[in-house]
Amino acid sequence: MNEKKEQLKKELKEAISQITEMHSLNELKVEYLGKKGKITELSSNLKEMSLDAKKEFGKILNELKEEATSLVEEKRKEIEERLLNKKLESEKIDITLPSKKVRRGSKHPMTRMIEQFEDLFVSMGYTVYEGPEIESDENCFQKLNLPKGHPARDAQDTFYLENEYENFLLRTQTSTAQVRAMEENHEKGPIRIICPGKVYRRDEDATHSHQFMQVEGLVIDENVSMADLKGTLELFCKTILGEKTEVRFRPSFFPFTEPSVEVDVTCFKCGGKGCSLCKQTGWIEVLGAGMVHPNVLTMCGYDPKKYQGFAFGTGIDRFAMFEYGIPDIRTIYGNDIRFLKQFDRKEEQNEVK
Amino acid sequence: MKLSRKFVSDYIEIDNNLSIKDIAEAMTAVGNEYESASSLLPCTHLVVGEILECRDHPNSDHLHVCKVDIGSEILNIVCGAPNCRQGLKVIVALAGAQLPAGEIKKGSIRGVESNGMLCAKCELGLDHKFLEEKDKAGIHELPNDAVVGSDPIALLGLDDEVIDFELTANRGDLLSILGMAYELGAIYKKKVKDIDVSYTQNREDIHDTFKVEVKTDACPLFLAKKVKNVTIKESPNFIKNRLIASGIRPINNVVDISNYVMLETGQPLHFYDASRLGDTLIVRDAKEEEELITLDGQRRTLAKEDIVIANQEGAIGLAGVMGGLSTEVEEDTKDIIIESAIFDSIRVRKTSKKILRSEASTRFEKGIDPKRTYMAIERSCALLEKYADAEIVGGMVEYTTLSIQDTIIDISLEKIKKVLGISLEQDTVVGILEDLGFIVEQGETLKVTVPTRRMDIHMEEDLIEEVGRMYGMDQIKGKLPLLNVVTGSYNKTRREIKNKLVTLGLSETLSYSLIPKGEVTSFTTDTFTPISLADPMSEDKNTLRYSLLYSLKEIYLYNKARSQEDICIFEVGKGFYKEEGVYKEENKLAVFMTGDYYLDIQKTKVDFYIIKGVLEELLDYLGYQNRYTLEVDTNIPKEFHPGQSASIVLQGKRIGVVGKIHPSIVSKDAFAFEISLDKLLENRGTRMRYKDIPKYPEIKKDLAFIVKKEVTSKEIEAVIKKTGGKLLKEIEVFDVYTGENVKEDEKSLAYSLTFTDINRTLTDEEVNEVFKTVISQVEEICKAKLRDK
Repeated sequence: MNEKKEQLKKELKEAISQITEMHSLNELKVEYLGKKGKITELSSNLKEMSLDAKKEFGKILNELKEEATSLVEEKRKEIEERLLNKKLESEKIDITLPSKKVRRGSKHPMTRMIEQFEDLFVSMGYTVYEGPEIESDENCFQKLNLPKGHPARDAQDTFYLENEYENFLLRTQTSTAQVRAMEENHEKGPIRIICPGKVYRRDEDATHSHQFMQVEGLVIDENVSMADLKGTLELFCKTILGEKTEVRFRPSFFPFTEPSVEVDVTCFKCGGKGCSLCKQTGWIEVLGAGMVHPNVLTMCGYDPKKYQGFAFGTGIDRFAMFEYGIPDIRTIYGNDIRFLKQFDRKEEQNEVK
Repeated sequence: MKLSRKFVSDYIEIDNNLSIKDIAEAMTAVGNEYESASSLLPCTHLVVGEILECRDHPNSDHLHVCKVDIGSEILNIVCGAPNCRQGLKVIVALAGAQLPAGEIKKGSIRGVESNGMLCAKCELGLDHKFLEEKDKAGIHELPNDAVVGSDPIALLGLDDEVIDFELTANRGDLLSILGMAYELGAIYKKKVKDIDVSYTQNREDIHDTFKVEVKTDACPLFLAKKVKNVTIKESPNFIKNRLIASGIRPINNVVDISNYVMLETGQPLHFYDASRLGDTLIVRDAKEEEELITLDGQRRTLAKEDIVIANQEGAIGLAGVMGGLSTEVEEDTKDIIIESAIFDSIRVRKTSKKILRSEASTRFEKGIDPKRTYMAIERSCALLEKYADAEIVGGMVEYTTLSIQDTIIDISLEKIKKVLGISLEQDTVVGILEDLGFIVEQGETLKVTVPTRRMDIHMEEDLIEEVGRMYGMDQIKGKLPLLNVVTGSYNKTRREIKNKLVTLGLSETLSYSLIPKGEVTSFTTDTFTPISLADPMSEDKNTLRYSLLYSLKEIYLYNKARSQEDICIFEVGKGFYKEEGVYKEENKLAVFMTGDYYLDIQKTKVDFYIIKGVLEELLDYLGYQNRYTLEVDTNIPKEFHPGQSASIVLQGKRIGVVGKIHPSIVSKDAFAFEISLDKLLENRGTRMRYKDIPKYPEIKKDLAFIVKKEVTSKEIEAVIKKTGGKLLKEIEVFDVYTGENVKEDEKSLAYSLTFTDINRTLTDEEVNEVFKTVISQVEEICKAKLRDK
């Protein structure tokens, strides 16, 4: 029997080695392992055998079946692999042809800038506060220590509403949010807000637009000082403009803060070496800030003996112009689709600079 | 304020080693920003020369060829000036000289070598208003005694340097040379020198011949003195040059002195020709419609808020702003009345805003130190005596309601620390305050007497600012505030809306709130009161927008003009209106789409169903699924296509409009929607809740109906839904067809219905039962025909 087995195996091996096509393999399988196949038929001998011989024969037969099957399956795998490779080869495409697009929109650069500001300050416990764009003269000026006739009003050419001269206006500064936030805080307790938004002034050229955007920050608490203001603005400027940015305080004047400072940062273009953007000074003015004036605290119902606070404000347009290298503010409000669509991706350095 | 270095050096010693930039930077560091800091004349390499020889140029009919002695050598220079002649002392710009017009180079002019340029005064960079005709007509003729080889600018007395400051509104005191001297003195720790106010008076008394009547409360202090027999002539050079460096044009000695003293003290003066003025001067409010011819020859019509100086006949000057023509000092003037006064800053500001900003009004607006009012009148007498041969009449007319008092403020080191966040030694603080000219009395706190010139200092915080700015605000070391931990927040929904629209392929715009008045009612059928401006910059930006769609349409047109026609944009902004006297602002979202849009991965032209898809995707994403409907509405803005537009209705309330832009507005196929975010967000969705996932298989069945064109899909869906019952889970329109095999006035709509039951497997029989009912009901109610497969 063993001889017979070896002979059949050899025969099968030879036959398999000749095969290249799947259907021939299938036929061969039937020929040997099918119901009437050469191997299967061997079991007909079993009937006449003794029990022991049966056992012996059966074992060998099973071994033969297994071995034959694995020979066929091996071949099957080989053919399948070859067929698959052939198929893959035939499916080769030119991957350099243009893709089928999914349309991608874009967020306005100013929105992107505001979201950066919001994310930073919200992470420090500030609430984003938004006031109305139509304001009273009282909130926009008087309660910010700018009474009627104050010369500092000249710096902000105001759009008054029709028949509302020195009464109702389009806000010229987001500082009005200071007044609202303090007045709306009925407990007269601590405040931590930023207020981004549109402001309007009667002025227009390459660096001024009659409508632009500012963000105002206000912190009121029992123990906040100029040093806290500086630390906060250092963090702000480093986060937005880059880790290497340095911040400089220069004394200045705003009616609603005392002391007041203007805040310069190392020039983002030249890094402080001096260039045309910073007029060779190495510094660029980006913010106005100071300690909330005691008169403002008092007018908004706070006790200046108990509370003090700091406030800061900046033009978002300026930051966006710096951030993206936009030379003319009018581009920002021009809404050329070719401008807008440039802002259709995540910024590489969005997280850390 | 232009600060002349020479002028301020009369009152404070400044180290010669400091450059003008150094001084400007030092002033900036204490809060006084500057625009520019440079030499008065921006010229280099100039030298006094003498023309030894002047011959005609061989190849020109007007050029001269000169041999010019400049001390160290003799130069050959070609010159075209008509007054060029032998023996003349001239200003020579050497090769390499920088002049406002450029650099002087060696060269040859029409074949003759020229090694420099002979200069006219107008070539040195002096402002036009300081130039006379002769300064432009030919080269400048220096006096005969000018030393060859010396510096001609010094010889002219124009070797000055100027810082042009941009002062803050609170520092009116710095609008004077003396104020600047105090500030520089505090920086460089130098004492301010005394001003010379000495003169002799005659035995007459002004009160005998002249009186002042103040009839308004807008003039708290008025001083007048009289001088006689002045000689009107040219001012001495130092006065002229200091005025020029300060940006004021010299006229004659008397007028120049009034300006000179104003620059020194910050107190504007006015000189009247005494004979033309008469014996009484009245200060009063102007009468309504009163007329006055001002110094510049203009006839001005005044209003009650203006303050005038008048005599018995009428107004002769606009107080604090400009004098009148009738009493002007002229060539033949002999006797003068000097006015030194304070006028109400707010009223001067109003008048000057209306009529004219002058050097005087600028100073009145910022406030005047009354001590300077006295100082200025004395100083002008001293100078008039010295430089205009004036005889000073005894006595001074004085009207005052002021009591001049020093401000005394307590300041503590503890408070300084609390505000600035730094600890300073008492000595440091006292030193700073004393350098500023304040008097400090040391005790438990510091008692500080503030001089009257510092009108900006009223309270402890003001003094802390003084300490901070002189110590150096930048010396403060930043730290992060120690505050209670609180949660911050921002408008998340608005950000979600923007993010969603961006992922749907739309670009965000940012346009102006101000639009033309005539457009404020476009893209809406609401009735409202629009809000306009009192004083707009232009007619196309005079009213606040109500709808954002006008702006988006304009953006489309702008882009179309630049051949950009695939425009899919949105904006979130406010609509403004007035309601029952109250100004209202409503948050809105507007979307505008036209041209190509990528749908799945295919480029498709935007149509109604695309923008409807964008709208639904947004609203469904925000949680409004099944809570809103689009409804055909006859009350649609006229800017929309009546047959391709709908109202967006949320729980019975109209919150917006969607549709095709009317072809008369935009000729190409363009679509838009606008919704009120405020109205939308009033009805926020409920929290997201888990629903069981069906365990049993769904059965899908498709069918198509042919109906009349006017039958809406919504009507058919309603019938299907009703007859489908609770087994019907979903209806989807998967095809809309018109054309072959469908009559002209009909359309075919194909639906895919999904049946399922959460508790069991459905049998074909029961689904078929329902399906048949659906067909028969739709056929009956919608007059539909089932379409054969």
